[in-house]
Amino acid sequence: MLAIALLVFREVIEAALIVSIVAAATRGVPRRAAALLSGIGFGVLGALLVALGAGRIAALFSGVGQEVFNAGVLLAAVLMIAWHVVWMASHGRELAARMQGVGQAVRAGASPLAVLVVVVALAVLREGSEVVLFLYGMLAGGAGHLSAGLALGLAAGVTIGLLLYFGLLRIPLRHFFGATNALLILLAAGLAADAMVFLVQADLLPALGEPLWNTGALLSERSLPGQALHVLVGYTARPTPIQLLAWLATITLLSVGMRFAGRPARGMRPEAARRAMTD
Amino acid sequence: MPYRIFIFLSGVLAFAAMNTARIAVAAEPPSFRLAIVNHRFQPATLTIPANTKVKLVVENRDATPEEFESNDFDREKVILPNSSAVIFVGPLRPGQYRFFGEFNPATAQGVLRVE
Repeated sequence: MLAIALLVFREVIEAALIVSIVAAATRGVPRRAAALLSGIGFGVLGALLVALGAGRIAALFSGVGQEVFNAGVLLAAVLMIAWHVVWMASHGRELAARMQGVGQAVRAGASPLAVLVVVVALAVLREGSEVVLFLYGMLAGGAGHLSAGLALGLAAGVTIGLLLYFGLLRIPLRHFFGATNALLILLAAGLAADAMVFLVQADLLPALGEPLWNTGALLSERSLPGQALHVLVGYTARPTPIQLLAWLATITLLSVGMRFAGRPARGMRPEAARRAMTD
Repeated sequence: MPYRIFIFLSGVLAFAAMNTARIAVAAEPPSFRLAIVNHRFQPATLTIPANTKVKLVVENRDATPEEFESNDFDREKVILPNSSAVIFVGPLRPGQYRFFGEFNPATAQGVLRVE
């Protein structure tokens, strides 16, 4: 049972950490609980479909369909996060201002929700499909205590996610969206680097050389802190040049995009610019 | 200006990468086979050449799915029952690299010897 719980935990924690950051980043947005839950729901449904179609996906693109699919899911999440942080850069300041002022529900609009629901769904789908295939194998192999292992692993993973979420909520409001944006950018950079690994594994992209360094002895990705850092900031013990390149490029592009979006349009007076952003 | 540093670093990296890539581009990568039988790898130790990209064909002869995984050389791929999967590995420096079956880690353990 413990072996089952451990595997489920390993998969769930990755999705749980991503969901926590998204939950924190959408703080103050009305109906966000419903949106997050629907994201998780779509993710679980998607995971079942992906597991069912695993054979078909694997056969695509002359045998590297799985890698192409995973890279596609990861890069789609990166795009959604990019969209969100740029959107937040142009609307976030007033969002924070209104929350501080009255503490009432913010009329933030649908943009951050719709986009981040997709991020949540994709995270759950990717990790969930592996859990489904694993449990199917255990079931076929006649292993016992399946549901107990599943429940234990799920509970442990969700607990870590909740800890991160409530930890993030303790960040002072003044720095809050700055912090969640930074976390989202690092998350996106890590996902982009992961996508490169899949494309290299499929021989669709070159690794651009041997791994650059090895910090595996210091912090293994197999350890809990190593795995958490892998999800949160893209930590890899032995990064290949293309991974580092994708990581740096994502951080640079998203930071620059955010800075440009946060700047009022040229020639507009501050008042007009603020009004234009609200509409 | 952290962006300038990032852009500079990316440039340096891209340049270094192009040089390495020119060497790495060669003919069809050499192919190696690995089987999964009763949740164990056969052979449990596989030797591949250093500084070379290789094509690893992993055949799962079990009736249950397995996930071929390695943290040491950063690979993961689900292999369905009674089917084969192609995984490109490397180029790697000489050394010992562990891999395992994520779904059956108690028995499915292997070592990639790169020399």
